Amino acid sequence: MARIELAHLAHSYLGKPAEEGDYALRPTSHVWEDGVAYALLGPSGCGKTTLLNIMSGLLRPTSGRVLFDGRDVTDLPTEDRNIAQVFQFPVVYDTMSVFDNLAFPLRNRKTPEAEIRSRIEEVAEILDLASCLRQRAGTLASDARQKISMGRGLVRTDVSAILFDEPLTVIDPHLKNSLRRKLGEVHRESRLTLIYVTHDQTEALTFADRVVVMHEGEIVQADTPQALFERPAHTFVGHFVGSPGMNFLSCEVDGGCAVVDGRRIRLADDTAMDGAKQGDRWELGVRPMFLELVFERPTEGVPVRITHVEDLGSSKIVTATTGGGNLKVRVGGEEEIRDGSAWVVFPPEQSLLYRNSRLCGKSAAGQP
Amino acid sequence: MKTENNRAWFLVLPVFALVAFSAIVPLMTVVNYSVQDIFGPDDRVFVGAEWYREILQDDRLQQGLLRQFVFSFAILLIEIPLGIAVALAMPRRGRLASLTLVVLALPLLIPWNVVGTIWQIFGRADIGLGGVLVTALGVDYNYAANPFDAWATVLVMDVWHWTSLVALLCFSGLKAIPDAYYQAAKIDGASAWAVFRFVQLPKLKNVLLIAVLLRFMDSFMIYSEPFVLTGGGPGNSTTFLSQTLARLAVGQFDLGPAAAFSLIYFLIILLFCWLFYTTMMQLGRGSQQ
Repeated sequence: MARIELAHLAHSYLGKPAEEGDYALRPTSHVWEDGVAYALLGPSGCGKTTLLNIMSGLLRPTSGRVLFDGRDVTDLPTEDRNIAQVFQFPVVYDTMSVFDNLAFPLRNRKTPEAEIRSRIEEVAEILDLASCLRQRAGTLASDARQKISMGRGLVRTDVSAILFDEPLTVIDPHLKNSLRRKLGEVHRESRLTLIYVTHDQTEALTFADRVVVMHEGEIVQADTPQALFERPAHTFVGHFVGSPGMNFLSCEVDGGCAVVDGRRIRLADDTAMDGAKQGDRWELGVRPMFLELVFERPTEGVPVRITHVEDLGSSKIVTATTGGGNLKVRVGGEEEIRDGSAWVVFPPEQSLLYRNSRLCGKSAAGQP
Repeated sequence: MKTENNRAWFLVLPVFALVAFSAIVPLMTVVNYSVQDIFGPDDRVFVGAEWYREILQDDRLQQGLLRQFVFSFAILLIEIPLGIAVALAMPRRGRLASLTLVVLALPLLIPWNVVGTIWQIFGRADIGLGGVLVTALGVDYNYAANPFDAWATVLVMDVWHWTSLVALLCFSGLKAIPDAYYQAAKIDGASAWAVFRFVQLPKLKNVLLIAVLLRFMDSFMIYSEPFVLTGGGPGNSTTFLSQTLARLAVGQFDLGPAAAFSLIYFLIILLFCWLFYTTMMQLGRGSQQ
């Protein structure tokens, strides 16, 4: 177990990266605390796997350092890093039995056979592989093969971290949930550092203590699921996490208020506009569930026209147009929605201001 | 699904006709020859299994068969491991990889009798580069007079000619292994040998099966190269089965025994291919609960 520190890490798959776009991983610094279950969340192609491969040593970063407990391991090969990684698609040693597959990483490290046996029994129990330990791995179906791959990651007790690269892609949905729960149990018992890569927000939010969101080769936010929801540090996080995503309206700023389409919206955070510069791009962000839709003219509010209502049973998603763009509002399922004009009231506490796509002011404090 | 009718089989007819003319009819002609003694178009006697009995008791066939087995197994023992080793050592990508592929493919493009001629000259102790070199090392080398030298030359020639095939097959097999396997092996701390033994070799199983079958069949039927190189000599030391057969059929014109010989020859090849195939498939499957 270790604290893994990434210092100014950047990677490009091109020989001579010239511009920012050439980098699969933009300069990134981040600390993975010991014993925490992390989810690494982001869309396909955002650099998640690159980041993982750099940590495990399969890739050498173009620049920057990787530190395990303060020890620089950037130049160490994978074998010497003591890290486990499970890949997206099952990798098993076809000709070996399931038992030998699970024993393989331990035997390569000269673990005593008795210890191997007891470790494998534990892991096979967790992954429900106990009944097929004697079978040849090559003869099994793909979800069993993936469980073996995961098992090879889990049998090692001394690893600095276990990296899971979208490990449940090939597993069918009902098994997915139970395996994810089991991973959670393993984590709570062993207090190993787990880093679980996924592009599925539900998976990330249910599994992890902390979620690290990546976007275009950068870590844009690393926080608890709750903070991700309430205080997205980047407009991308707002869009990506939550369904439907956060509303963003382009706006102007003026004396502690956001101005959308000529209407002033009060913000709770009066530091948000500090350090504003000419040419900054401002956006007002608010989650659909915090907005209030009213049909009588309120004292403060933005007039909208309702264009679409989506009934989800327990709630309704109302799409409304303002001068500044479209808004989605989540209302209770039993609420009557009349077509036509209405007003949307912005709650000052949950209305966040974004400058050049990043959350600003004191609500953003402590963010990268 | 219910079978509507069997008319689709008519689509197979053209292929069947072609195969009949190219393989089945000639094969049946051979069967025909093997059970008759034919003196002329209208003068033939049915002799039953007599030619078979005669041929199976024939010294030339027995010795040729033994020689043939020694040769084919020696070829497999050398070319398969060597081919794998060459494939493992080959660069995987880039210009150098293409260059290696072309160089390796060169021996495969040379006609077989030309290969024989090349080695006939190459091995000569007076003017051949190889022969002169070996002689200069102090070895009394003469493939035309010494059976051991003749065997060594034929073996080396075949290895030179055909190892590339095994190497190219293995190379394609290696290229098909996804990177994730190597990455997982690194994570698991596997040694280079373990990677070969548990990742590469199992994944090469299918191409190796093809390589073994091709090399067995081809080497078991080898004719042109030793015929040009040594003419089967010195003595009969490098006279392999096909050459014995050719002498019998087109030299002595003993068509009856030659036909029986051909069929036995064919059955031996068929039997061994089946043996290799079943064993290798069995090896891959292994023990199951």
